[in-house]
Amino acid sequence: MTDLALELLRVEYAYRRDVALRGVSLKVEPGEVVAITGPSGCGKSTLLHCAAGILRPQAGTVQLVGQNLADLSEANRTRLRRTQAGVVLQFGQLVPDLTLIDNVALPLLLEGHDRQRARRAATEWLDRVGVGDDASAVPGELSGGQNQRAAVARALVTGPAIVFADEPTGSLDSLAGEQMMELLLASVRTGGAALVLVTHDNMIAAYADREVRLRDGVVQHEVALS
Amino acid sequence: MATAELVLGLLHRGPAHGYDVKRGHDAWFPDSRPLAFGQVYTTLSRLERDGLVEVVERGSEGGPERTVYGLTDKGRAHLADWLSEPIQPALGAVDEMVRKVVATIHTGEDATAFLARQRSSHLRRIRELRAASADADDDTPARLVRDFVAVHLDADLRWLDGAMDRITELKETRR
Ligand SMILES: Nc1ncnc2c1ncn2[C@@H]1O[C@H](COP(=O)(O)OP(=O)(O)OP(=O)(O)O)[C@@H](O)[C@H]1O
Ligand SMILES: [Mg+2]
Repeated sequence: MTDLALELLRVEYAYRRDVALRGVSLKVEPGEVVAITGPSGCGKSTLLHCAAGILRPQAGTVQLVGQNLADLSEANRTRLRRTQAGVVLQFGQLVPDLTLIDNVALPLLLEGHDRQRARRAATEWLDRVGVGDDASAVPGELSGGQNQRAAVARALVTGPAIVFADEPTGSLDSLAGEQMMELLLASVRTGGAALVLVTHDNMIAAYADREVRLRDGVVQHEVALS
Repeated sequence: MATAELVLGLLHRGPAHGYDVKRGHDAWFPDSRPLAFGQVYTTLSRLERDGLVEVVERGSEGGPERTVYGLTDKGRAHLADWLSEPIQPALGAVDEMVRKVVATIHTGEDATAFLARQRSSHLRRIRELRAASADADDDTPARLVRDFVAVHLDADLRWLDGAMDRITELKETRR
């Protein structure tokens, strides 16, 4: 039996003033595409950040590719996150001073890959997502859509088991959003990665195999779409 | 009554049998309700009466299937007028969804389960339409029809989500 890409059990998370998650459980199979939807403020981003190991829940467990994040040392958790989880956020969270190629190579360099191999892999991914010609530009010189493509390349370059995307089409118009989504799906399929996608856009949610709808920090319903 | 004008449109490329008109309609509008034969023939005879189409060839057996119809000049002009006139925005197929939800609320039942089911069935349909477009050859008009349906389903979804929010809030305040 292969491990689930992700498993959350009764996860709770509270900020200083707001309780954002009140016991959320979620399973994601390898290669599965899951859309997290729900009204603004229902806890979608908090859920994604807990799942990706960026936030640490106050209660419940998060297992990434079969490993309980709470059981790992800080260093091992970071390593697991860097190699097994890719993250794409609404506004390309690229390093502004680095060229696209260096941005995409960065996760590999942090993992100790040699510079030449990292740059070669980065070039391949930039070509694959259609911004190969912009490899030596910095993010400020490019459009939101181009940066978003580079962010997809950066999320996929380590060959993660799961990709987390928070409103990846949020800053794009509807046509560019759909193209972005097609690209993201093609990219995760290439690497056999699962995709957990936060969106408030129903046209984007309709790309998923399954929808998990949150309301006020709990799962309101969950349905298969495929 | 747009069926008449559509029939005129289907004859614009040249005279045809009623059967071809029906087939043409169904090909123009994949993922829509097919045009009934009966409706094609009653429409064609009404159009003939009004001088918008004429019989080009009447089959020896005399049945309506054997008759070939063509556009008259008047029919061509009428078609052009219709094509240039914007439609009155109105509810179409979604009437029934609204009626069900409203009736559910009026009868004192909980509509949230229906709304959730309707939501998933809409999402599934958008997915299917997209898959159909991806599989099909680049048949742009058919794709435009699917896009039209998908965009309207998206609008329905906005309405469904709003209805869900209102009904859930109402339940919470009553608790
Ligand atoms: N950094 C933060 N500090 C304090 N409270 C926060 C923070 N981030 C989120 N919250 C609160 O937690 C709750 C859930 O927020 P979250 O960002 O997860 O919602 P969301 O579903 O992603 O909303 P949106 O669709 O608007 O992005 C909200 O009440 C929000 O105000
Ligand atoms: Mg959010």
